[in-house]
Amino acid sequence: MNAVADWFRTLYETTGINLTIFYDAYDFQRYAAGIGMTLFLSVASIVASVVIGAAGAAAQGSGSALVRQSVQAFVVVFRNTPPLVQIFFFYFGVGAVIPGIETSYGTREPLLGNVAWAVISLSLFAGAFNVEIFRSGIEAVPRTTLEAAEALGYTRLGAYRHIVLPLAVRVCLPALNNNLINLLKTTTLAYAIAVPETLYAAKQIWSESQNVLEMMLLLLATYMVLVGVFAGLMHQWERQMRIPGYHR
Amino acid sequence: MSGDSVVAPKLAAPIVQLIDVRKTFGAVPVLNGISFDVAKGEVVCIIGPSGSGKSTLIRCINALLPVTSGTIRVADIEVGDPRLDKLALRRKVGMVFQQYNLFPHRTALQNVMMAPLHVLKQDRIEVEARARALLAKVQLAGKEDTYPGELSGGQQQRVAIARSLAMRPEVMLFDEVTAALDPETVKEVLVTIHELADEGMTCLLVTHEMGFAREVADHIYFTDKGVIVEHGPPQEFFTAARDERTRRFLSQVL
Repeated sequence: MNAVADWFRTLYETTGINLTIFYDAYDFQRYAAGIGMTLFLSVASIVASVVIGAAGAAAQGSGSALVRQSVQAFVVVFRNTPPLVQIFFFYFGVGAVIPGIETSYGTREPLLGNVAWAVISLSLFAGAFNVEIFRSGIEAVPRTTLEAAEALGYTRLGAYRHIVLPLAVRVCLPALNNNLINLLKTTTLAYAIAVPETLYAAKQIWSESQNVLEMMLLLLATYMVLVGVFAGLMHQWERQMRIPGYHR
Repeated sequence: MSGDSVVAPKLAAPIVQLIDVRKTFGAVPVLNGISFDVAKGEVVCIIGPSGSGKSTLIRCINALLPVTSGTIRVADIEVGDPRLDKLALRRKVGMVFQQYNLFPHRTALQNVMMAPLHVLKQDRIEVEARARALLAKVQLAGKEDTYPGELSGGQQQRVAIARSLAMRPEVMLFDEVTAALDPETVKEVLVTIHELADEGMTCLLVTHEMGFAREVADHIYFTDKGVIVEHGPPQEFFTAARDERTRRFLSQVL
Protein backbone atom coordinates (compact mmCIF):
# COMPACT_ATOMS: atom_id res chain seq x y z
CA MET A 1 0.00 0.00 0.00
CA ASN A 2 2.88 2.31 0.86
CA ALA A 3 4.58 1.53 -2.44
CA VAL A 4 1.42 2.58 -4.28
CA ALA A 5 1.20 5.80 -2.28
CA ASP A 6 4.86 6.56 -2.93
CA TRP A 7 4.44 5.92 -6.65
CA PHE A 8 1.49 8.35 -6.93
CA ARG A 9 3.32 10.95 -4.84
CA THR A 10 6.32 10.69 -7.16
CA LEU A 11 3.97 10.87 -10.15
CA TYR A 12 2.62 14.16 -8.81
CA GLU A 13 6.06 15.58 -8.08
CA THR A 14 7.51 14.66 -11.48
CA THR A 15 4.52 15.17 -13.83
CA GLY A 16 2.02 17.32 -11.93
CA ILE A 17 -0.69 14.61 -12.24
CA ASN A 18 -2.26 14.79 -8.79
CA LEU A 19 -4.34 11.79 -7.76
CA THR A 20 -4.55 12.59 -4.04
CA ILE A 21 -6.88 9.73 -3.20
CA PHE A 22 -4.05 7.22 -3.79
CA TYR A 23 -1.60 8.77 -1.37
CA ASP A 24 -3.75 10.86 0.97
CA ALA A 25 -5.60 8.66 3.46
CA TYR A 26 -8.24 11.32 4.16
CA ASP A 27 -9.09 11.83 0.50
CA PHE A 28 -9.10 8.07 -0.06
CA GLN A 29 -11.54 7.60 2.80
CA ARG A 30 -13.80 10.41 1.49
CA TYR A 31 -13.86 8.99 -2.02
CA ALA A 32 -14.46 5.42 -0.80
CA ALA A 33 -17.33 6.67 1.37
CA GLY A 34 -18.71 8.43 -1.73
CA ILE A 35 -18.69 5.18 -3.69
CA GLY A 36 -20.34 3.44 -0.71
CA MET A 37 -23.10 6.06 -0.73
CA THR A 38 -23.57 5.66 -4.50
CA LEU A 39 -23.91 1.90 -4.03
CA PHE A 40 -26.43 2.42 -1.20
CA LEU A 41 -28.52 4.88 -3.26
CA SER A 42 -28.40 2.54 -6.26
CA VAL A 43 -29.33 -0.69 -4.46
CA ALA A 44 -32.07 0.97 -2.38
CA SER A 45 -33.68 2.75 -5.33
CA ILE A 46 -33.30 -0.24 -7.71
CA VAL A 47 -35.11 -2.52 -5.24
CA ALA A 48 -37.79 0.07 -4.45
CA SER A 49 -38.33 1.03 -8.10
CA VAL A 50 -38.75 -2.62 -9.14
CA VAL A 51 -41.31 -3.11 -6.36
CA ILE A 52 -43.12 0.08 -7.47
CA GLY A 53 -43.02 -1.11 -11.09
CA ALA A 54 -44.42 -4.56 -10.30
CA ALA A 55 -47.15 -3.17 -8.04
CA GLY A 56 -48.05 -0.48 -10.57
CA ALA A 57 -48.23 -2.94 -13.47
CA ALA A 58 -50.43 -5.27 -11.40
CA ALA A 59 -52.67 -2.33 -10.45
CA GLN A 60 -53.02 -1.41 -14.11
CA GLY A 61 -54.76 -4.74 -14.63
CA SER A 62 -57.24 -3.84 -11.87
CA GLY A 63 -60.97 -3.84 -12.48
CA SER A 64 -61.34 -0.41 -10.88
CA ALA A 65 -61.01 2.49 -13.32
CA LEU A 66 -60.00 4.78 -10.45
CA VAL A 67 -57.01 2.56 -9.59
CA ARG A 68 -55.94 2.32 -13.25
CA GLN A 69 -56.21 6.09 -13.74
CA SER A 70 -54.27 6.80 -10.55
CA VAL A 71 -51.41 4.59 -11.75
CA GLN A 72 -51.51 6.30 -15.14
CA ALA A 73 -51.39 9.74 -13.49
CA PHE A 74 -48.39 8.66 -11.40
CA VAL A 75 -46.58 7.42 -14.51
CA VAL A 76 -47.28 10.62 -16.44
CA VAL A 77 -46.16 12.92 -13.61
CA PHE A 78 -42.89 11.14 -12.93
CA ARG A 79 -42.02 10.36 -16.52
CA ASN A 80 -42.73 13.81 -17.90
CA THR A 81 -40.76 15.85 -15.37
CA PRO A 82 -36.98 16.12 -14.92
CA PRO A 83 -35.55 13.98 -12.11
CA LEU A 84 -33.57 16.92 -10.68
CA VAL A 85 -36.77 18.92 -10.35
CA GLN A 86 -38.39 15.93 -8.65
CA ILE A 87 -35.55 15.74 -6.12
CA PHE A 88 -35.84 19.49 -5.38
CA PHE A 89 -39.61 19.15 -5.14
CA PHE A 90 -39.35 16.45 -2.48
CA TYR A 91 -36.42 17.87 -0.53
CA PHE A 92 -37.27 21.59 -0.57
CA GLY A 93 -41.01 21.41 -1.28
CA VAL A 94 -42.47 18.41 0.49
CA GLY A 95 -39.66 18.26 3.07
CA ALA A 96 -40.48 21.78 4.24
CA VAL A 97 -44.17 21.08 4.68
CA ILE A 98 -44.15 17.85 6.63
CA PRO A 99 -43.66 18.30 10.38
CA GLY A 100 -40.22 17.77 11.92
CA ILE A 101 -39.41 15.93 15.12
CA GLU A 102 -38.27 17.38 18.42
CA THR A 103 -34.77 16.27 19.42
CA SER A 104 -33.70 15.75 23.06
CA TYR A 105 -31.93 19.13 22.90
CA GLY A 106 -35.20 20.85 22.09
CA THR A 107 -34.30 21.69 18.50
CA ARG A 108 -36.43 20.63 15.52
CA GLU A 109 -35.07 18.27 12.90
CA PRO A 110 -36.69 17.21 9.64
CA LEU A 111 -38.36 13.80 9.68
CA LEU A 112 -36.47 12.67 6.60
CA GLY A 113 -32.91 13.67 5.71
CA ASN A 114 -31.44 14.32 2.28
CA VAL A 115 -30.41 10.66 1.75
CA ALA A 116 -33.95 9.42 2.43
CA TRP A 117 -35.43 12.01 0.07
CA ALA A 118 -32.93 11.08 -2.63
CA VAL A 119 -33.90 7.38 -2.37
CA ILE A 120 -37.62 8.23 -2.41
CA SER A 121 -37.51 10.51 -5.42
CA LEU A 122 -35.12 8.33 -7.44
CA SER A 123 -37.29 5.27 -6.71
CA LEU A 124 -40.46 7.03 -7.84
CA PHE A 125 -38.73 8.37 -10.96
CA ALA A 126 -37.38 4.98 -12.08
CA GLY A 127 -40.51 3.21 -10.77
CA ALA A 128 -42.70 5.15 -13.20
CA PHE A 129 -40.65 3.77 -16.10
CA ASN A 130 -40.67 0.29 -14.57
CA VAL A 131 -44.50 0.31 -14.48
CA GLU A 132 -44.56 0.78 -18.24
CA ILE A 133 -41.78 -1.77 -18.80
CA PHE A 134 -43.51 -4.45 -16.73
CA ARG A 135 -46.84 -3.71 -18.36
CA SER A 136 -45.37 -4.19 -21.84
CA GLY A 137 -43.94 -7.53 -20.66
CA ILE A 138 -47.30 -8.72 -19.33
CA GLU A 139 -49.05 -7.60 -22.52
CA ALA A 140 -46.52 -9.53 -24.63
CA VAL A 141 -47.73 -12.84 -23.15
CA PRO A 142 -50.22 -14.18 -25.72
CA ARG A 143 -53.86 -14.23 -24.68
CA THR A 144 -54.01 -17.83 -25.90
CA THR A 145 -51.30 -18.94 -23.45
CA LEU A 146 -53.44 -17.57 -20.65
CA GLU A 147 -56.46 -19.35 -22.12
CA ALA A 148 -54.57 -22.66 -22.03
CA ALA A 149 -53.76 -22.08 -18.35
CA GLU A 150 -57.41 -21.28 -17.67
CA ALA A 151 -58.52 -24.47 -19.45
CA LEU A 152 -56.19 -26.44 -17.16
CA GLY A 153 -57.98 -25.06 -14.11
CA TYR A 154 -55.53 -22.32 -13.11
CA THR A 155 -57.03 -19.38 -11.26
CA ARG A 156 -56.14 -15.92 -12.52
CA LEU A 157 -53.60 -15.48 -9.72
CA GLY A 158 -52.11 -18.95 -10.26
CA ALA A 159 -51.73 -18.32 -13.99
CA TYR A 160 -50.02 -14.98 -13.28
CA ARG A 161 -47.62 -16.54 -10.84
CA HIS A 162 -46.64 -19.64 -12.79
CA ILE A 163 -47.03 -18.57 -16.42
CA VAL A 164 -47.53 -14.84 -17.08
CA LEU A 165 -44.88 -13.39 -14.75
CA PRO A 166 -42.05 -15.81 -15.66
CA LEU A 167 -42.67 -15.02 -19.35
CA ALA A 168 -43.19 -11.28 -18.82
CA VAL A 169 -39.93 -10.93 -16.86
CA ARG A 170 -38.00 -12.52 -19.72
CA VAL A 171 -39.60 -10.22 -22.27
CA CYS A 172 -38.91 -7.03 -20.34
CA LEU A 173 -35.42 -7.81 -18.98
CA PRO A 174 -33.50 -5.85 -21.68
CA ALA A 175 -35.63 -2.73 -21.17
CA LEU A 176 -35.47 -3.13 -17.39
CA ASN A 177 -31.68 -3.41 -17.52
CA ASN A 178 -31.43 -0.17 -19.47
CA ASN A 179 -33.64 1.67 -17.03
CA LEU A 180 -31.77 0.37 -13.99
CA ILE A 181 -28.40 1.30 -15.53
CA ASN A 182 -29.77 4.80 -16.10
CA LEU A 183 -30.97 4.87 -12.51
CA LEU A 184 -27.49 4.01 -11.23
CA LYS A 185 -26.09 6.97 -13.16
CA THR A 186 -28.96 9.26 -12.12
CA THR A 187 -27.95 8.83 -8.44
CA THR A 188 -25.36 11.59 -9.11
CA LEU A 189 -28.28 14.07 -9.02
CA ALA A 190 -28.41 13.53 -5.25
CA TYR A 191 -25.32 15.78 -5.28
CA ALA A 192 -27.71 18.71 -5.64
CA ILE A 193 -29.12 18.15 -2.15
CA ALA A 194 -25.66 17.51 -0.66
CA VAL A 195 -25.86 13.73 -0.40
CA PRO A 196 -22.18 12.71 -0.04
CA GLU A 197 -22.10 10.33 -3.00
CA THR A 198 -19.21 9.84 -5.43
CA LEU A 199 -19.60 13.07 -7.42
CA TYR A 200 -19.99 15.09 -4.21
CA ALA A 201 -16.81 13.54 -2.74
CA ALA A 202 -14.90 14.18 -5.95
CA LYS A 203 -16.03 17.82 -5.97
CA GLN A 204 -14.83 18.25 -2.39
CA ILE A 205 -11.47 16.73 -3.21
CA TRP A 206 -10.83 18.79 -6.34
CA SER A 207 -11.78 22.08 -4.73
CA GLU A 208 -9.18 21.48 -2.03
CA SER A 209 -6.40 20.00 -4.19
CA GLN A 210 -7.02 21.85 -7.46
CA ASN A 211 -6.93 18.56 -9.40
CA VAL A 212 -10.18 18.93 -11.36
CA LEU A 213 -9.12 17.07 -14.52
CA GLU A 214 -7.64 14.13 -12.62
CA MET A 215 -10.74 13.76 -10.42
CA MET A 216 -13.01 14.09 -13.46
CA LEU A 217 -11.19 11.26 -15.23
CA LEU A 218 -11.26 9.17 -12.07
CA LEU A 219 -14.98 9.87 -11.72
CA LEU A 220 -15.65 8.70 -15.29
CA ALA A 221 -13.55 5.57 -14.73
CA THR A 222 -15.38 4.86 -11.48
CA TYR A 223 -18.80 4.98 -13.17
CA MET A 224 -17.56 2.92 -16.12
CA VAL A 225 -16.55 0.17 -13.69
CA LEU A 226 -19.71 0.43 -11.55
CA VAL A 227 -22.04 0.31 -14.55
CA GLY A 228 -19.87 -2.30 -16.26
CA VAL A 229 -20.09 -4.67 -13.30
CA PHE A 230 -23.83 -4.09 -12.89
CA ALA A 231 -24.54 -4.53 -16.62
CA GLY A 232 -22.40 -7.68 -16.64
CA LEU A 233 -24.43 -9.18 -13.78
CA MET A 234 -27.73 -8.30 -15.45
CA HIS A 235 -26.63 -9.79 -18.77
CA GLN A 236 -25.57 -12.96 -17.04
CA TRP A 237 -29.02 -13.15 -15.47
CA GLU A 238 -30.60 -12.51 -18.88
CA ARG A 239 -28.59 -15.39 -20.34
CA GLN A 240 -29.60 -17.73 -17.54
CA MET A 241 -33.25 -16.89 -18.12
CA ARG A 242 -33.05 -17.53 -21.86
CA ILE A 243 -35.38 -20.30 -23.00
CA PRO A 244 -33.98 -22.77 -25.53
CA GLY A 245 -35.80 -22.49 -28.86
CA TYR A 246 -37.86 -19.50 -27.74
CA HIS A 247 -37.19 -16.41 -29.79
CA ARG A 248 -38.79 -13.05 -29.55
CA MET B 1 -82.96 -33.97 -40.30
CA SER B 2 -82.25 -30.33 -41.05
CA GLY B 3 -83.38 -27.00 -39.67
CA ASP B 4 -82.62 -24.61 -36.87
CA SER B 5 -83.70 -26.76 -33.98
CA VAL B 6 -82.27 -30.14 -34.75
CA VAL B 7 -82.04 -32.35 -31.69
CA ALA B 8 -79.89 -35.43 -31.79
CA PRO B 9 -81.52 -38.72 -30.81
CA LYS B 10 -81.30 -39.17 -27.05
CA LEU B 11 -78.51 -41.49 -26.09
CA ALA B 12 -78.16 -43.16 -22.75
CA ALA B 13 -76.61 -40.89 -20.08
CA PRO B 14 -75.18 -38.01 -22.10
CA ILE B 15 -71.95 -36.68 -20.61
CA VAL B 16 -72.21 -33.43 -22.58
CA GLN B 17 -75.61 -31.90 -23.23
CA LEU B 18 -76.35 -28.70 -25.14
CA ILE B 19 -79.87 -27.29 -25.25
CA ASP B 20 -80.64 -24.34 -27.53
CA VAL B 21 -77.24 -22.70 -26.97
CA ARG B 22 -77.03 -19.14 -28.30
CA LYS B 23 -74.06 -16.78 -28.28
CA THR B 24 -73.71 -13.25 -29.59
CA PHE B 25 -70.61 -11.07 -29.67
CA GLY B 26 -72.06 -7.59 -29.24
CA ALA B 27 -74.79 -7.48 -31.87
CA VAL B 28 -73.27 -10.28 -33.96
CA PRO B 29 -74.97 -13.65 -33.47
CA VAL B 30 -72.49 -16.52 -33.67
CA LEU B 31 -74.43 -19.46 -32.26
CA ASN B 32 -78.15 -19.49 -33.06
CA GLY B 33 -79.59 -22.34 -31.05
CA ILE B 34 -77.36 -25.39 -30.98
CA SER B 35 -78.60 -28.57 -29.33
CA PHE B 36 -76.98 -31.98 -29.13
CA ASP B 37 -75.91 -34.71 -26.74
CA VAL B 38 -72.64 -36.57 -26.50
CA ALA B 39 -72.70 -39.97 -24.80
CA LYS B 40 -69.86 -41.27 -22.70
CA GLY B 41 -67.15 -42.77 -24.91
CA GLU B 42 -68.60 -41.23 -28.04
CA VAL B 43 -66.44 -39.44 -30.62
CA VAL B 44 -68.17 -36.45 -32.16
CA CYS B 45 -66.81 -34.33 -34.99
CA ILE B 46 -68.04 -30.82 -35.72
CA ILE B 47 -67.34 -29.65 -39.25
CA GLY B 48 -68.34 -26.62 -41.24
CA PRO B 49 -67.05 -23.59 -43.08
CA SER B 50 -64.83 -21.00 -41.40
CA GLY B 51 -66.77 -18.56 -39.26
CA SER B 52 -69.61 -20.98 -38.63
CA GLY B 53 -69.08 -20.77 -34.86
CA LYS B 54 -67.33 -24.11 -34.30
CA SER B 55 -64.51 -22.79 -32.14
CA THR B 56 -66.90 -20.55 -30.21
CA LEU B 57 -69.10 -23.56 -29.50
CA ILE B 58 -66.22 -25.65 -28.16
CA ARG B 59 -65.02 -22.74 -25.96
CA CYS B 60 -68.48 -22.39 -24.44
CA ILE B 61 -68.41 -26.04 -23.33
CA ASN B 62 -65.55 -25.49 -20.86
CA ALA B 63 -66.66 -21.96 -19.94
CA LEU B 64 -63.80 -20.13 -21.63
CA LEU B 65 -66.65 -18.12 -23.14
CA PRO B 66 -70.01 -17.48 -21.45
CA VAL B 67 -73.13 -18.38 -23.45
CA THR B 68 -75.79 -15.74 -24.09
CA SER B 69 -78.65 -18.17 -23.50
CA GLY B 70 -79.37 -21.87 -23.44
CA THR B 71 -78.05 -24.68 -21.30
CA ILE B 72 -74.80 -26.63 -21.33
CA ARG B 73 -74.30 -29.55 -18.97
CA VAL B 74 -71.09 -31.48 -18.60
CA ALA B 75 -71.25 -34.54 -16.34
CA ASP B 76 -74.07 -32.96 -14.30
CA ILE B 77 -72.29 -29.62 -13.99
CA GLU B 78 -74.41 -26.68 -15.14
CA VAL B 79 -71.85 -24.66 -17.12
CA GLY B 80 -74.02 -21.50 -17.24
CA ASP B 81 -74.49 -21.40 -13.45
CA PRO B 82 -73.20 -18.06 -12.14
CA ARG B 83 -71.76 -19.92 -9.12
CA LEU B 84 -70.06 -22.45 -11.40
CA ASP B 85 -67.06 -24.17 -9.83
CA LYS B 86 -64.73 -23.64 -12.79
CA LEU B 87 -62.04 -25.92 -11.40
CA ALA B 88 -64.51 -28.81 -11.05
CA LEU B 89 -65.58 -28.29 -14.67
CA ARG B 90 -62.04 -28.05 -16.00
CA ARG B 91 -60.95 -31.19 -14.19
CA LYS B 92 -63.56 -33.03 -16.23
CA VAL B 93 -62.92 -31.29 -19.55
CA GLY B 94 -59.52 -31.27 -21.24
CA MET B 95 -58.85 -28.95 -24.14
CA VAL B 96 -56.28 -28.93 -26.95
CA PHE B 97 -55.80 -25.80 -29.05
CA GLN B 98 -54.91 -25.11 -32.66
CA GLN B 99 -51.71 -23.26 -31.67
CA TYR B 100 -50.73 -25.84 -28.96
CA ASN B 101 -50.31 -23.01 -26.40
CA LEU B 102 -47.63 -24.83 -24.44
CA PHE B 103 -45.85 -22.89 -21.70
CA PRO B 104 -42.60 -22.00 -23.52
CA HIS B 105 -40.47 -21.48 -20.40
CA ARG B 106 -40.97 -25.05 -19.18
CA THR B 107 -39.74 -28.37 -20.61
CA ALA B 108 -42.11 -30.94 -22.14
CA LEU B 109 -42.14 -32.89 -18.87
CA GLN B 110 -42.75 -29.76 -16.76
CA ASN B 111 -45.59 -28.70 -19.07
CA VAL B 112 -47.34 -32.01 -18.35
CA MET B 113 -46.63 -31.80 -14.60
CA MET B 114 -47.56 -28.16 -13.95
CA ALA B 115 -51.35 -28.29 -13.66
CA PRO B 116 -51.51 -31.44 -11.47
CA LEU B 117 -48.90 -29.86 -9.17
CA HIS B 118 -50.17 -26.26 -9.08
CA VAL B 119 -53.91 -26.78 -9.51
CA LEU B 120 -54.59 -30.20 -8.00
CA LYS B 121 -51.67 -30.04 -5.48
CA GLN B 122 -50.86 -33.69 -6.14
CA ASP B 123 -47.74 -35.47 -4.94
CA ARG B 124 -44.71 -34.56 -7.07
CA ILE B 125 -43.30 -38.08 -7.37
CA GLU B 126 -46.60 -39.53 -8.55
CA VAL B 127 -47.19 -36.60 -10.91
CA GLU B 128 -43.76 -37.01 -12.48
CA ALA B 129 -44.17 -40.77 -12.96
CA ARG B 130 -47.52 -40.24 -14.61
CA ALA B 131 -46.21 -37.38 -16.78
CA ARG B 132 -43.39 -39.60 -18.05
CA ALA B 133 -45.88 -42.36 -18.82
CA LEU B 134 -48.12 -39.91 -20.70
CA LEU B 135 -45.23 -38.59 -22.78
CA ALA B 136 -44.30 -42.18 -23.63
CA LYS B 137 -47.93 -42.82 -24.57
CA VAL B 138 -47.85 -39.95 -27.10
CA GLN B 139 -44.55 -41.34 -28.51
CA LEU B 140 -42.37 -38.63 -26.95
CA ALA B 141 -40.20 -40.69 -24.59
CA GLY B 142 -36.74 -39.11 -24.67
CA LYS B 143 -38.10 -35.59 -25.22
CA GLU B 144 -38.89 -34.97 -21.53
CA ASP B 145 -36.25 -32.27 -21.02
CA THR B 146 -36.77 -30.54 -24.35
CA TYR B 147 -38.33 -27.08 -24.48
CA PRO B 148 -41.44 -26.51 -26.65
CA GLY B 149 -39.50 -24.16 -28.96
CA GLU B 150 -37.17 -27.02 -29.84
CA LEU B 151 -39.99 -29.42 -30.82
CA SER B 152 -41.80 -29.72 -34.14
CA GLY B 153 -45.44 -28.63 -34.35
CA GLY B 154 -46.65 -32.22 -34.24
CA GLN B 155 -44.50 -32.97 -31.19
CA GLN B 156 -45.72 -29.82 -29.43
CA GLN B 157 -49.31 -30.77 -30.11
CA ARG B 158 -48.73 -34.22 -28.63
CA VAL B 159 -47.20 -32.65 -25.52
CA ALA B 160 -50.35 -30.49 -25.33
CA ILE B 161 -52.52 -33.63 -25.48
CA ALA B 162 -50.43 -35.27 -22.73
CA ARG B 163 -50.68 -32.07 -20.65
CA SER B 164 -54.45 -32.18 -20.92
CA LEU B 165 -54.64 -35.90 -20.10
CA ALA B 166 -52.57 -35.33 -16.94
CA MET B 167 -55.67 -33.78 -15.37
CA ARG B 168 -57.54 -37.08 -15.99
CA PRO B 169 -60.43 -35.48 -17.89
CA GLU B 170 -63.64 -37.32 -18.78
CA VAL B 171 -64.15 -35.35 -21.99
CA MET B 172 -61.54 -34.03 -24.42
CA LEU B 173 -62.15 -31.02 -26.65
CA PHE B 174 -59.98 -30.62 -29.75
CA ASP B 175 -60.13 -27.26 -31.53
CA GLU B 176 -58.73 -27.69 -35.05
CA VAL B 177 -55.64 -29.27 -33.54
CA THR B 178 -54.02 -30.15 -36.87
CA ALA B 179 -54.83 -26.91 -38.71
CA ALA B 180 -51.48 -25.26 -37.86
CA LEU B 181 -49.37 -28.34 -38.56
CA ASP B 182 -47.16 -29.33 -41.47
CA PRO B 183 -48.82 -32.06 -43.53
CA GLU B 184 -46.22 -34.65 -42.53
CA THR B 185 -46.83 -34.18 -38.80
CA VAL B 186 -50.63 -34.17 -39.01
CA LYS B 187 -50.73 -37.95 -39.08
CA GLU B 188 -48.78 -38.47 -35.84
CA VAL B 189 -51.26 -36.25 -33.99
CA LEU B 190 -54.25 -37.96 -35.55
CA VAL B 191 -52.84 -41.35 -34.54
CA THR B 192 -52.63 -40.15 -30.94
CA ILE B 193 -56.23 -38.95 -30.98
CA HIS B 194 -57.35 -42.19 -32.63
CA GLU B 195 -55.73 -44.21 -29.83
CA LEU B 196 -57.49 -42.06 -27.24
CA ALA B 197 -60.81 -42.61 -28.96
CA ASP B 198 -60.18 -46.37 -29.12
CA GLU B 199 -59.53 -46.37 -25.36
CA GLY B 200 -63.03 -45.00 -24.83
CA MET B 201 -62.25 -41.32 -24.18
CA THR B 202 -65.18 -39.06 -24.99
CA CYS B 203 -63.91 -36.71 -27.70
CA LEU B 204 -65.38 -33.60 -29.28
CA LEU B 205 -63.40 -32.48 -32.29
CA VAL B 206 -63.65 -29.42 -34.45
CA THR B 207 -61.79 -30.50 -37.55
CA HIS B 208 -61.17 -30.03 -41.24
CA GLU B 209 -59.71 -33.51 -41.59
CA MET B 210 -62.63 -35.18 -43.39
CA GLY B 211 -60.87 -38.50 -43.84
CA PHE B 212 -60.12 -38.66 -40.14
CA ALA B 213 -63.65 -37.62 -39.19
CA ARG B 214 -65.04 -40.38 -41.36
CA GLU B 215 -62.73 -42.94 -39.81
CA VAL B 216 -62.95 -42.07 -36.13
CA ALA B 217 -66.27 -40.29 -35.53
CA ASP B 218 -69.39 -41.93 -34.19
CA HIS B 219 -71.40 -38.90 -35.16
CA ILE B 220 -70.83 -35.85 -37.34
CA TYR B 221 -72.42 -32.42 -37.00
CA PHE B 222 -72.26 -29.96 -39.87
CA THR B 223 -72.68 -26.34 -38.75
CA ASP B 224 -73.14 -23.21 -40.82
CA LYS B 225 -73.99 -19.69 -39.64
CA GLY B 226 -74.35 -20.84 -36.04
CA VAL B 227 -76.85 -23.64 -36.56
CA ILE B 228 -76.57 -27.39 -37.08
CA VAL B 229 -77.53 -27.89 -40.70
CA GLU B 230 -77.24 -31.64 -40.79
CA HIS B 231 -75.89 -34.50 -38.73
CA GLY B 232 -75.58 -38.24 -38.75
CA PRO B 233 -73.19 -41.17 -38.56
CA PRO B 234 -70.22 -40.65 -40.90
CA GLN B 235 -71.20 -43.31 -43.45
CA GLU B 236 -74.58 -41.73 -43.97
CA PHE B 237 -73.33 -38.14 -43.68
CA PHE B 238 -70.60 -38.40 -46.29
CA THR B 239 -72.54 -40.45 -48.81
CA ALA B 240 -76.11 -39.26 -48.50
CA ALA B 241 -76.06 -35.60 -47.42
CA ARG B 242 -79.50 -34.13 -47.86
CA ASP B 243 -79.00 -30.42 -47.38
CA GLU B 244 -77.76 -28.31 -50.28
CA ARG B 245 -75.25 -26.40 -48.04
CA THR B 246 -73.76 -29.66 -46.78
CA ARG B 247 -73.39 -31.01 -50.29
CA ARG B 248 -71.72 -27.81 -51.47
CA PHE B 249 -69.30 -27.83 -48.50
CA LEU B 250 -68.42 -31.49 -48.98
CA SER B 251 -67.82 -31.02 -52.71
CA GLN B 252 -65.31 -28.30 -51.83
CA VAL B 253 -63.36 -30.21 -49.20
CA LEU B 254 -63.49 -33.85 -50.34
